[in-house]
Amino acid sequence: MLTAIHDPKLMWFFGGVLCLLVILTAIGRGLKRRHNSNISRSTIDNFNAQIAAWWKMCVVFALSLALGRIGSLVLFGILSFLALREYLTLVPTRRGDHRTLFWSFFVIMPLQYCVLGLHWYIVFAIMIPVLACIFIPTSIAVAGDTAHFLERAAKIQFGLMVCGYCLSHAPALLQLKIPGFEGHDARLLLYLGIVDQTNDLLQYVWGKLIGKNKIAWRVSPDKTWEGFLGGLVSATALGTLLWWATPFTPLQSAGMSFTICILGFAGGVVMSAIKRDIGIKDFGGVIERRGGILDRIDSLCFAAPIFFHLVRFYFAPWL
Amino acid sequence: MNEGIHPIASLLAAVARGITGVQVQWAGCEPDERQRIYFANHTSHLDFVVLWSALPSEIRARARPIAAKDYWEETSVRHYLAENVFKAVLVDRGTTAKSKSHDEAKFVGRSMIEDLTAALGERNSLILFPEGTRGNGEKVGEFRGGLYHLGLRRPDVELVPAYLENMNRILPKGEYLPVPMLSLLTFGKPIQVEPHENKDGFLERAREAVSSLRRIGPA
Repeated sequence: MLTAIHDPKLMWFFGGVLCLLVILTAIGRGLKRRHNSNISRSTIDNFNAQIAAWWKMCVVFALSLALGRIGSLVLFGILSFLALREYLTLVPTRRGDHRTLFWSFFVIMPLQYCVLGLHWYIVFAIMIPVLACIFIPTSIAVAGDTAHFLERAAKIQFGLMVCGYCLSHAPALLQLKIPGFEGHDARLLLYLGIVDQTNDLLQYVWGKLIGKNKIAWRVSPDKTWEGFLGGLVSATALGTLLWWATPFTPLQSAGMSFTICILGFAGGVVMSAIKRDIGIKDFGGVIERRGGILDRIDSLCFAAPIFFHLVRFYFAPWL
Repeated sequence: MNEGIHPIASLLAAVARGITGVQVQWAGCEPDERQRIYFANHTSHLDFVVLWSALPSEIRARARPIAAKDYWEETSVRHYLAENVFKAVLVDRGTTAKSKSHDEAKFVGRSMIEDLTAALGERNSLILFPEGTRGNGEKVGEFRGGLYHLGLRRPDVELVPAYLENMNRILPKGEYLPVPMLSLLTFGKPIQVEPHENKDGFLERAREAVSSLRRIGPA
């Protein structure tokens, strides 16, 4: 599917992202060198870390374009696998969950991506919410340990839902057959990624610049109303301006990016609450070098399925 | 003893690292070629391979695991792995000695220390799991006496505590299929047997040195 390269709008879009990244990287470097006292060192490091993660995501995206449909499934499958690994490493499970976990990693997760590749849409849609939801408690019950039974089943199910099911809706965008938009689906994926990640970054930046009133301060000290609204408005504005790359009108594009931003925020808050619950600051904090994937994609995990269904419902109703 | 690393050992180490994604932290000392006894908590068959693979290759070539004779001589595959691949020092862990008389048990214990001292020699390091058996990962079990006697015998050898995290969740006792969770390995500050320190006091201190290195989960 190297046809993506012959899609000039996609190339403009992606090229624009890369230019933006070069500029942001330069800003980050500059801030680091001429460190002024208004912005703390850790804020700058955090900003730079996010930019570095963007570069990696761009590489992943470019690779998934180059490798085509199957390639992007494999890439997102690996991402899901790594995210689930990170989640389950830090969320306590018991000895009796061992086989269930084995099935989750090596059967349920790969199957989710296989049925997506095979276009078995119904199976794709029910695999984890229905089939795994029945399989997991059954398998834990058969293993025989009933202590904290419900809690354990819920933990594993939630991990599969977020890291597997939700995230797999991002590459599923590539399979929507939108009339008049055939072969351009990659732009939708890029659109989702850009709006979502920009929202993350801008929420952080606005929060640091003018943030005062905390939202859910018990959960995340970094999240403020100013940051939330600032990020929401500016990322929605950016999303609106990107309407030309999508099948949406500018107004529809505004609605879509608004939804992505709200869901991105929801993903961030929920994951923060989980982190507080298990007593860590970041998923990446404890498991330094290999961690941090979940910290970056938590917002994407929540935004992807809803965005997918909105697009499917309004633009490709017969899938 | 042959100085080279067996190719199967390198292969298994690479596989174990891949599955466990182990992240190594030298918190209390640096990797060093001097003679050491690394002692760690024990919850999984992967423990030794992971700990061993975490050592730099110069050190790895001369680090030998101490393994239970009764278990590792049971089948020919296990025996081959222990003897030829990892050049393990096989010892009688005393589960069999329990049924014997007191004197006999003492004799077995003494000959084990002899074997271990001989295995250390002038250049080798040892990897030891003083609990003597795989635990469930919740708490570090009581240590057996070998570490104390070795420490007395060879005060020049550093005793380095290490904590392996999550290994019991990756491949617990009794399972044969691993779940690829991430593990952490932390090396702590070397300890030694203090003058006039009794055996139980030292062993408790050593156990504490290992369990204090835990990074996630209940402290």
